[in-house]
Formats: sequence, C-alpha cells, structure tokens
Amino acid sequence: MTYEEVIFFVIAVPTVGGAIGVVTARNVIHSALFLILSLLAVAGVFILLAAEFLAIVQVLIYGGAVTILVLFAMMLTRVRDLPAALDGPQRPFAALAAGVFMGVSILSVVSTEWPGETEEINVISIEQIGNQLFTTWAVPFEIASLVLMVALLGAIILARGEEGE
Amino acid sequence: MIPINDFLVLSAILFSLGIYGVLARRNAVLILMSVELMLQAVAINFIAFAVYLSPDQFTGVIFAIFVITIAAAEVGLALAIILRLYRNRATANVDEADTLKW
Repeated sequence: MTYEEVIFFVIAVPTVGGAIGVVTARNVIHSALFLILSLLAVAGVFILLAAEFLAIVQVLIYGGAVTILVLFAMMLTRVRDLPAALDGPQRPFAALAAGVFMGVSILSVVSTEWPGETEEINVISIEQIGNQLFTTWAVPFEIASLVLMVALLGAIILARGEEGE
Repeated sequence: MIPINDFLVLSAILFSLGIYGVLARRNAVLILMSVELMLQAVAINFIAFAVYLSPDQFTGVIFAIFVITIAAAEVGLALAIILRLYRNRATANVDEADTLKW
C-alpha cells in the first residue's frame, strides 16, 4: 500500500462513516453534524483528485451554507419534539434496494475496462476551468445563475407565506 | 498513485447510503440530507472521470460545478417547501402528507 492510498483511506473512512451516521442516527441534530463531517471529507476527496477549486467551493457552499440551512429548517420544523420514529416501516426494503444497488455498481466498476490511463491524475488548473467555463460553457453558466435567482425568489415567496398570516 | 476504481467504489458506497436514507427515512429534512449525499457521490464520479480519463476536455469538472450550484438552489427551495408543509400540516414527515394519495 503506497502512502497515497493510506491518505485516501484516511479521507474515505470519515466520508463513509459520516454518511452512515446521516442515515442511521437516532437524533436528527446528530444526523446533521454527521452530514457536515461527510461533506468536509468529500472536500478532501476533491483535493486528492487535484480539484482544489471544487474543494474550496465544497467547503464554502456545503460545509457552510447548506448545513446551516438544514439546521435552521430542523429548528423551524421542530423535528426534535416529534416523538415518532425517524424511519418508516419500509426500512428493510430500503436496505435491500441500497444493498443491491451497491453490489451491482461496485461489480460493474471493478469489471469495466476504462479507456485510457486509470492510474495517473491529470492536474486541471483553475485557469483552464475558468477558460472553459466562460467560453464553451458560457450559456449554461448564465442559465445556472438564472436558476439560482429564480430558486432564491421562489424560496423567499414560499417561506414567507400569504399576506396577513 | 490511487487507481480510479477507488474513487468510483467510494462514490458507489456513498450513493447507496443516500438511496437507503431516501427510502428509509420519514422526515423530509432527513430525506433531503440523503439526497445531498447522493449528489456528492455524483460529483466525485464526475471529477474522477474528468481527471483520469479526459484530461483535455474535463467536462466533468465543469459539470461538478453545475451540480453544486443546482444543489444549492435545490436545498433552498426544498427547505422552503418543507417549512410550508410544516405550517400547513404541523408535520415534516412525508408519509403524513398524503392528500394526493387515493
């Protein structure tokens, strides 16, 4: 085992462990904290893939904004006070479906011959990403910003509710 | 170096855990968190394919940026809808919001 693989496992274990915590925790707040752990570990995976820009975006947007939003939603919907079980009666079927999917996808990953180099990372610089993003992908980029704005407006209008409420 | 399969297997495990969470949980906020896990798995896959297999195109990295952008928009909207649901039905459990069921 090379030292790169050791580092990979050091990052992969909190990623998967955090994810398991998210889907099995008995306490919703613990679930959200596990989500933060998992998302920050995924930022580490991005760094291993030499995508530093995405790692920074990941920490800012997921580690910061998304988890705070989720925690606020938990507070506002008082999920803690609910005495009901967090998991539905369909839990064994969910485990079966997820297990089958995991088996099939891991098998297909292992048995596929990838075209090209699969051992060496090609470092893609931020400069290259920026050039591509604002030339080839300029129109999708603008559409994405439009989507963000519409979603923000929609969220505000939905959450505010009707007048006089 | 780390072979590409390591990243793909990690992403498959993350995605399966997301599937389990979406199917097993009852609370809408917890389901949303599981969806986030699945989106993370997709982003890892996109970037892994981009840096290993298509170094001169790297469309995958661009798509990962879009995935993160759309996911942020989706979280904002979904949480607003969950808040609405809670106000109207006094619950955030998806199996109690069954007006459309017949």
